[in-house]
Amino acid sequence: MSDRYSPGDHVRVRADSPPGHIRTPVYIRGKCGVVRRIFGDFPNPEGLAYGQPGLPEKTLYEVRFRQRDIWPDYDGELRDTVDIDIYHHWLEPDDAGATR
Amino acid sequence: MTERTSHDHAADEFQKDEEIHGYYQFLGLAIEELLVEKGIVTGDEIRATIERRDSITPAIGARIVARAWTDPPYRQRLLTDGTAAAEEFGCEFDATELVVVENTPEAHNVIVCTLCSCYPRMVLGLPPSWYKSREYRARAVREPRAVLKEFGTELAENVEVRVHDSTADMRYLVLPMRPDGTEAMDEDALAALVTRDCMIGVTVPKV
Repeated sequence: MSDRYSPGDHVRVRADSPPGHIRTPVYIRGKCGVVRRIFGDFPNPEGLAYGQPGLPEKTLYEVRFRQRDIWPDYDGELRDTVDIDIYHHWLEPDDAGATR
Repeated sequence: MTERTSHDHAADEFQKDEEIHGYYQFLGLAIEELLVEKGIVTGDEIRATIERRDSITPAIGARIVARAWTDPPYRQRLLTDGTAAAEEFGCEFDATELVVVENTPEAHNVIVCTLCSCYPRMVLGLPPSWYKSREYRARAVREPRAVLKEFGTELAENVEVRVHDSTADMRYLVLPMRPDGTEAMDEDALAALVTRDCMIGVTVPKV
């Protein structure tokens, strides 16, 4: 995939609620994070779950989120994070992310 | 009148197996029976799969960790390509891959799957029941330090907590820090320190 995100890119998870088998947890939709690494291309689980081949494959990323960005009242250290594996079509660029 | 012993039971006192209950247990059994009836899988194949899965225990993960502690090139291979490094120990992978995350003096890793109960079964075997509980799955990402504390694990404030939510094709394993005072131990002795919960990240190895 040529339009892959790169490690260090700021991304936002789509704030969407389509029906079906979705592997993007609800608590992270709409939240902003940073791409950590690219795992490669994998069949789309949203198709696999219904007996389809899950094609075209989707690039899978590890995205790091700061706890404080997920839960504003997070009771822990500022640097605590959650890493989540998210497929390409659930991410959009977060151009303002670098300045926050 | 004959003397009753503790081994005598009335006819209705036989101990029964636990009853099957619940929609999904019935559904699972029905599908299994259909698959066998239609010749798609045999009863022996199902049995062998269960036997193979049950043979995987956290002892395999512990040997991997102990090797990483004693063999720096192996540790590097494990962190770079967890799947290949685990295959060196005979672990078998199908659709998923293994990612190993390393604890350091600055960062502590914890594994969860908030969506279901994804678990590195190929290196640890079946997950403990608490790992599959809704409570652990919800709280591990929301208040990980409180959850760790309940497991008896108190981290210094300056240690960063990194939670890994295994939502997709990757399975995670924590590579704990080798405890102080283990310099004289060989690989087998070290492996004995590495428990399942250390590799999920809810505790750390203790001497």
